[in-house]
Amino acid sequence: MPNAEAREEAAVIDGSIGLAAPLLEVGSISLTEAEQFVYAEARLADQHRYDEWEALWTDDALYWVPANAEFETDPDTAMSILYDNRSRISTRIKQLKTGKRHAQNPPSGLRRSISNIELLGTLESGDAHVVGNFICFESRQRGLTQWAGGVEWALRREPDSSLRMSRKTVRLVDNDRPLYSLSFLV
Amino acid sequence: MPQTLTNPPLEKLILADRVHGSLYTDPDIYALELEKIWYRGWVFVGHESEVAKPNDYVVKSIGPQPIIMTRDKQGEVHLLLNRCAHRGNLVCDAPRGNSSAFRCPYHGWTFANTGKLLGYPFNSGYGGTERKKELSLGRVPRVDSYRGFVFGSFAEDGPTLAEHLGAAAEALDRLCSLSPPGEIELTAGWLQHKCKANWKMLVENETDGYHPQFVHASIFSVAKSGIGDLYGDGSTAVARDLGDGHTENDLRPEFRRIGAPMGWFGTSTDKIPEYVAQLEAAHGADKATELMIDGSPHVMLWPNLFIAEIQLFVIQPTAVDQTIQHVTAVQFKGSPDLNQRMLRQTIGSVGPAGFLLADDSEMYERNQRGVQALNPEWVLIARGMHRERADENGFMIADATDEITMRGIWRHYRKLMEAE
Repeated sequence: MPNAEAREEAAVIDGSIGLAAPLLEVGSISLTEAEQFVYAEARLADQHRYDEWEALWTDDALYWVPANAEFETDPDTAMSILYDNRSRISTRIKQLKTGKRHAQNPPSGLRRSISNIELLGTLESGDAHVVGNFICFESRQRGLTQWAGGVEWALRREPDSSLRMSRKTVRLVDNDRPLYSLSFLV
Repeated sequence: MPQTLTNPPLEKLILADRVHGSLYTDPDIYALELEKIWYRGWVFVGHESEVAKPNDYVVKSIGPQPIIMTRDKQGEVHLLLNRCAHRGNLVCDAPRGNSSAFRCPYHGWTFANTGKLLGYPFNSGYGGTERKKELSLGRVPRVDSYRGFVFGSFAEDGPTLAEHLGAAAEALDRLCSLSPPGEIELTAGWLQHKCKANWKMLVENETDGYHPQFVHASIFSVAKSGIGDLYGDGSTAVARDLGDGHTENDLRPEFRRIGAPMGWFGTSTDKIPEYVAQLEAAHGADKATELMIDGSPHVMLWPNLFIAEIQLFVIQPTAVDQTIQHVTAVQFKGSPDLNQRMLRQTIGSVGPAGFLLADDSEMYERNQRGVQALNPEWVLIARGMHRERADENGFMIADATDEITMRGIWRHYRKLMEAE
């Protein structure tokens, strides 16, 4: 994603782009349905229900956790913490399912809260643009680690009428600082 | 400098085939390491491409100490301590930027990017500007670079950088030779991946050819990666002690046996025609093919620079049981097609969410907890002692999965720690 676009989206999250009337529906997707989708996504990730979580993705999926957001946000030229296309999401899930992904064996104890959900409009792709915040507590033998950030989802109504996500971008508040391993599905 | 710490009995803690677990956990030993290793010898700090233009700066570190790497307007690179000469405040709070001067936010003292104090506000309080001359930012007294890699040493004198690098300089040459103009760049920014483990766990692991098949079995199996076989029992690759604490896993015997140009990177020449043409133009077709078969080094430069083919790691100890790995993708100057692939592969493999490094870090942390158990007291480094041999250049090598690398690291460590 080009820098300018990423900045604009970050600005949208910040609320620095003006307040419009709240959207309750984008295309056929209602705010409530969007909320229920992202809550379900969070629950499946927290519970390590890998196949069900993977099934939430469209075929052209992009799962992105940028790093150093202030300075370098173009994943074609800058390091990201995670930048998975559909094939790499599949590899990630397969790795977790081997039971030998040591960083998730035993799996982290996880519970996350998703909040501040807003439906912002329609993306160029035609998908609904949903933003929110998250706080996640991760328990490992090391101790309890807190994760927090802003999240963007692009949601799409598939021909079979199910709702899927084509994009998920997680902007960690501390993505420019030293982080412990992030081996769960954030 | 007065010796404040009692020297530990290293001859009893570091044996030929084992080292004592307390070397990873004892805070006094860690303090001594800072003094004798990190604040004395040559340490990798950054790459010249990170301060490409005059007045560029980037925040770096030597061990726990914050350093600013600057390029002054004449083009010279400086390593300055990020500490105001007045009250010790950080003078630079941005991770990078371009500026000829740093103004301390606390009381407005301003320093040139050479470290020189330019001025303090309300100077009558100091009886004028005369005292300016004796005050400056702290400087790393010796700064030198090789192939763009910038190193610093806090010792006013001692071995030169060339002497420190020794045989490992050739590994940097090998890396740079894969770049058509012979230059690498570190322009992708860094991930910082921390773990609760002693820094030496990481240094030892980087050229431990025994662990990949176990720690990384999960990703090798699902990604159908050939990397695991390079570190198998039947591999013709070798582990090499390059001396001076530098070690490598030399995978060239396997790559030459397979004979596939760019096979080391898991790709083939038809996927990256632009790069191949550039490399052939630079070296001729035969030499380019040879370079593309041999691939990039897998080398650990003592004490903190690890080059894993296309990834570059800087190991930073921040406490006896806490270490930060700074990691970025190697980029070859002017090779966009290959650079993007190297970046993608790096993002997938390393950093907090990496298919490889999250598992390595899990091992580091479990290892750190493991050595809290006091029996047995020892950590073994004996693997392959019976099959050490000299290579054609006189370096000691052993099989791909052997711990000759760790033995080399600990021999050098003891020498540094026992030095006056």
